[in-house]
Amino acid sequence: MSKPILATASLAGCFGCHMSLLDIDERILELIELVDFNKSPINDIKKFTRPCDIGLIEGGCCNNDNVHVLKDFRKHCKILVSVGECAIMGGLPALRNGLPVSDCLEEAYLNGPSTKDENPEGIMPNDVELPILLDKVYPCHEVVKMDYYLPGCPPDAELLWGALTALIKGNELELPYEVIKYD
Amino acid sequence: MSKNFVEFIIDGKKCMSEEGKYIIDAAKDNGVYIPTLCNIEGLKPKGACRICSVLVNGRPMTACTTPVTSGMEIENNIAQIEGIRKTIIEALFVEGNHFCPSCEKSGSCELQALAYKYKMLVPRFPFMFPIREVDASNPKLIKDHNRCILCKRCIRGIRDENDRSYFAFKKRGHEVEININHEMANKMTDRLARESMDICPVGALLIKESGFRTPIGQRKYDHLPIGSDIEK
Repeated sequence: MSKPILATASLAGCFGCHMSLLDIDERILELIELVDFNKSPINDIKKFTRPCDIGLIEGGCCNNDNVHVLKDFRKHCKILVSVGECAIMGGLPALRNGLPVSDCLEEAYLNGPSTKDENPEGIMPNDVELPILLDKVYPCHEVVKMDYYLPGCPPDAELLWGALTALIKGNELELPYEVIKYD
Repeated sequence: MSKNFVEFIIDGKKCMSEEGKYIIDAAKDNGVYIPTLCNIEGLKPKGACRICSVLVNGRPMTACTTPVTSGMEIENNIAQIEGIRKTIIEALFVEGNHFCPSCEKSGSCELQALAYKYKMLVPRFPFMFPIREVDASNPKLIKDHNRCILCKRCIRGIRDENDRSYFAFKKRGHEVEININHEMANKMTDRLARESMDICPVGALLIKESGFRTPIGQRKYDHLPIGSDIEK
């Protein structure tokens, strides 16, 4: 039987959840025995080359590229997992949800302490190659159907390991008290 | 013997308490934890959050406002009641802006601790991301309406020597929010400011000029679920 295929992505996140995955330490050797990786920043495969079994999504959707990548993952993965607070509820990027996008851009490029003297022409990045910011940051499950949720900022390595092995081996996930944390 | 004692049952366990005690306190005396967000020992109960709902002889009642009587049959840790509690907690998480990773109360927050207890992985409701103010105009306290769950604990519990409350509700309906009496709060002692922060079940009241003092791993609910000190 071939090994299950794992793909991962970081959307509007900080890569902290991917770092936490590395916190499984030497079990990473066990993990590569259990799964094959496809599209993921860990192996730098940029495009899906085959259908996958499990997709881990870090970060919510703050721009149209995030939405594109998330929909691509939904299309290619049988099981999609929201990993971390940002994927689950927008996280820190969603702190901007009470502000108009124009306010955020003006603060970042025109009026912020590090830009107000350095950008006299008032240039705002608007290249066609750049993703467009959404009106607010959306949790992943408000964009596509997500199958499972692993909270934490970042999720505990034990939670990630427990969830991955449970999914791969088809066991029920055990959730001891100390692995569910939102910070 | 001047006090009347009554016998009652919680989840099949025979319990005994003074007649007239509220169920939540009577349960505590018998080593049974009934979760709550708005109730606090020593204050007149409010029945605001409904987390303490239990079945009393088959009917849902708030344990903080219902006095215990002889022969009562109370159901607490049952699927129906735990489902109600989890639903309320999830509703509270989407109704405000609860960014746990950036909140100073995280790890010692009662709302978060209850979500841990009931293993909330994601709220089932859509996030509302309401637009609310942070008021830092007071010299001692920061008031963050994003996190306030309107339990009224501060209004009921934080009072001066003349029993006047420092806090009050203002506005109505979905706009209601905690207001602080600035004249009184300007003269608030450090001790009372600390008590205000401690009485708040979430991170809506924070003292100024000091923060994140307790390291992760030593906070109130880092290792043991809320109510572990009561449950026997």
